[in-house]
Amino acid sequence: MAESENIVAETAEKIFADLADAQTINHDKQGAWKAPLWQALTEAGLPLSWVPDDLGGSGASLAEGFSVLNVAGRHAIAVPLAETMLAGWLLTQAKIASPEGEMTVLPASPKDRVTLNAGSSLSGRARGVPFAKDAKHFAVLATGKDGISIALVDAAKCRIESSTGLGGDHNDTVTLDEVQPVTTKPAPKGFDQTTLMLMGGVVRSLQIAGALEAMLDISVRYSNERVAFEKKISKFQAVQHNLARLAGESAAALAAATSAADTIANAKSLDNDAVFLEAAAAKIRCSEAAEKGSGIAHQVHGAIGFTNEHILHRYSLRALAWRDDFGSESYWAVELGKLVAERGADELWPLVASR
Amino acid sequence: MTAALRFDPIRLPEKCEQLRKEVRAFLAEEIAAGTFDPYAPNREDNDAPEFSRRVGAKGWLGMTWPKKYGGQERSFLERYVVTEEMRVANAPTRRFFVADRQSGPVLLKYAPEHIKMDILPRICRGEVCFAIGMSEPNSGSDLFAAKTRATKTDGGYLINGTKIWTSSAHIADYMIAIFRTSPPTKENRRHGLTQFLVKMKQPGIQVNPIGQITGQFEFNEVVFTDYFVPDDHVLGEVDGAWKQATSELAYERSGPERFLETYYVLTELVRAVGKNPDTRSAEGIGRLVAQVHTMRRMSVSVAGMLQAGKEPVVEASIVKDIGTVWEQQLPHRVRDLAAFVEETATNRETLEKQLDFAIKTAPKLTIQGGTTEVLRGIIARGLGLR
Repeated sequence: MAESENIVAETAEKIFADLADAQTINHDKQGAWKAPLWQALTEAGLPLSWVPDDLGGSGASLAEGFSVLNVAGRHAIAVPLAETMLAGWLLTQAKIASPEGEMTVLPASPKDRVTLNAGSSLSGRARGVPFAKDAKHFAVLATGKDGISIALVDAAKCRIESSTGLGGDHNDTVTLDEVQPVTTKPAPKGFDQTTLMLMGGVVRSLQIAGALEAMLDISVRYSNERVAFEKKISKFQAVQHNLARLAGESAAALAAATSAADTIANAKSLDNDAVFLEAAAAKIRCSEAAEKGSGIAHQVHGAIGFTNEHILHRYSLRALAWRDDFGSESYWAVELGKLVAERGADELWPLVASR
Repeated sequence: MTAALRFDPIRLPEKCEQLRKEVRAFLAEEIAAGTFDPYAPNREDNDAPEFSRRVGAKGWLGMTWPKKYGGQERSFLERYVVTEEMRVANAPTRRFFVADRQSGPVLLKYAPEHIKMDILPRICRGEVCFAIGMSEPNSGSDLFAAKTRATKTDGGYLINGTKIWTSSAHIADYMIAIFRTSPPTKENRRHGLTQFLVKMKQPGIQVNPIGQITGQFEFNEVVFTDYFVPDDHVLGEVDGAWKQATSELAYERSGPERFLETYYVLTELVRAVGKNPDTRSAEGIGRLVAQVHTMRRMSVSVAGMLQAGKEPVVEASIVKDIGTVWEQQLPHRVRDLAAFVEETATNRETLEKQLDFAIKTAPKLTIQGGTTEVLRGIIARGLGLR
């Protein structure tokens, strides 16, 4: 990790440690911690990390932003930091300035479409939009007759059917019925909904990898404290081997996610096989790791980990929920499988070895 | 955080890509000349001494070693490229693989200078084959239970006992083995074993082949009867082999051979399903490709750590644990997906033959070179559980 990435990640780490301690948050049912946390993140320039100075952001590099997201995953942050970063990044693609406050992106699923109508209004429905109810603005990718556009939309002009996702955060359906956006501009050449989904997938992959690191950490700690049959459960070989597998899943997720992030951070264009392989593979492998890893973390914790009072669910359920955003692992596996089949058997190894 | 496992996104440097092209061109020539069949995965049956010499002549053996011993002083990442290209092509590497990966580095570290000058250049030329003498009939994963004795005599040691599951012993010129020079002590049960260089094909050594479930005769029983080893063939500290064994394991455990052993069935599956796979095949292939890509990124990352002079023992154990479990399951997953391949697929017979062989090979993958159970014990220790 480069030094600048370290500094940005450490800044984020400090804010999360001070204002988003999992134990405190877990006991605060009113959400009083949210406002001070968001304010501190905003003061540090983190939500608009990926927006250059002249468009209202703090102009951090992609790599710096990715390192923040990995840290955010380790703290299972329940404010729309990742979503606002992603929204700012999307708006920046079309040189649209980012407003202050919480944002999210739509569509958040590869199957949903928002249409740019003839009169420059937007219509469509996006399901499973993370934190839509908490957002002041949406960054929208819209499909029109003349191609792909990117728009900034006032959240108050959309219909939001709110629901709570698997991880306990807002996961909403947003309906746009001829909504007039604040700004609309054409997307750059080669940028389409797949690009947005790949980027969103890498963001979620980094968060899942972070959550798995945290689950490994608290599971190891718990196994060294909990006594059963007159010894610490960490001394049982069955428990040790489960934790070794959790370490493996955590390592695989981290390797896949950081590799994909590194690829995007250094890519000249996002429209190529290398980016597709790395980003799709990260989402697939991290989602698989989320299932296996959270299962082991819960097994190690026993009944206490199944309680609301314990912090484990903050990580385990979010890691599982994040699998669904921006295309599930099943979706990306089909798309990656199609690409590999299309290229042919003899091109598979060269593709893998090119990374 | 308890476990600061790092898998940084190391990329192979540009010069590796030129090397990769050279290796691919060389292998294509060898295939064209009939040295080996890339579609036949039982490459271990093909003892190819001439191929070994040609690989040596290319400068691809002992690549990372000092030039004075015949090496090239190239990086671990360059060696990585050669290894993975050979493996994916199903090239017959049996003659040189162990010497290049494991035995050479041990000699470099522990052998006296005149032995290094004698043997290492010959390894680099692809002329000598090595075996590793670790397991015994009653000592497998529990290495330190080894009983084969090395009794001090004038100018050396007399060896008596039996090694078993010794790959390539029937063709090997040398073996690096551990023998018991003293009993274990109460304080340290690992004490008392010494590492030796053994010259094979001599009186006093009998090699008995053991048939495997694949139909191959790749490993052996090796019986020593009053076999003499001179003093200068002791490698490292007498009674102290346990200190020498662990740090080198990172090299052995994290390479591409730890997840690519059955890779060929994935390539043939992709060929069999054709350009327009159904949803089920596409999803299955996509997941397997995502998994192998991730494995490789982890493995390259460990190679990068080795190149940087680190000792990533836990990370390497994780790579071997996940990698071998993956390559063991791969033929079964491919079999699931192949169930619906069209009867008309032109490579159907090749795929079926390969699956048959890969499924027979699979059980050994999580046993050889450190069992899954041993690896998870090492990882658990790294996590602070033991």
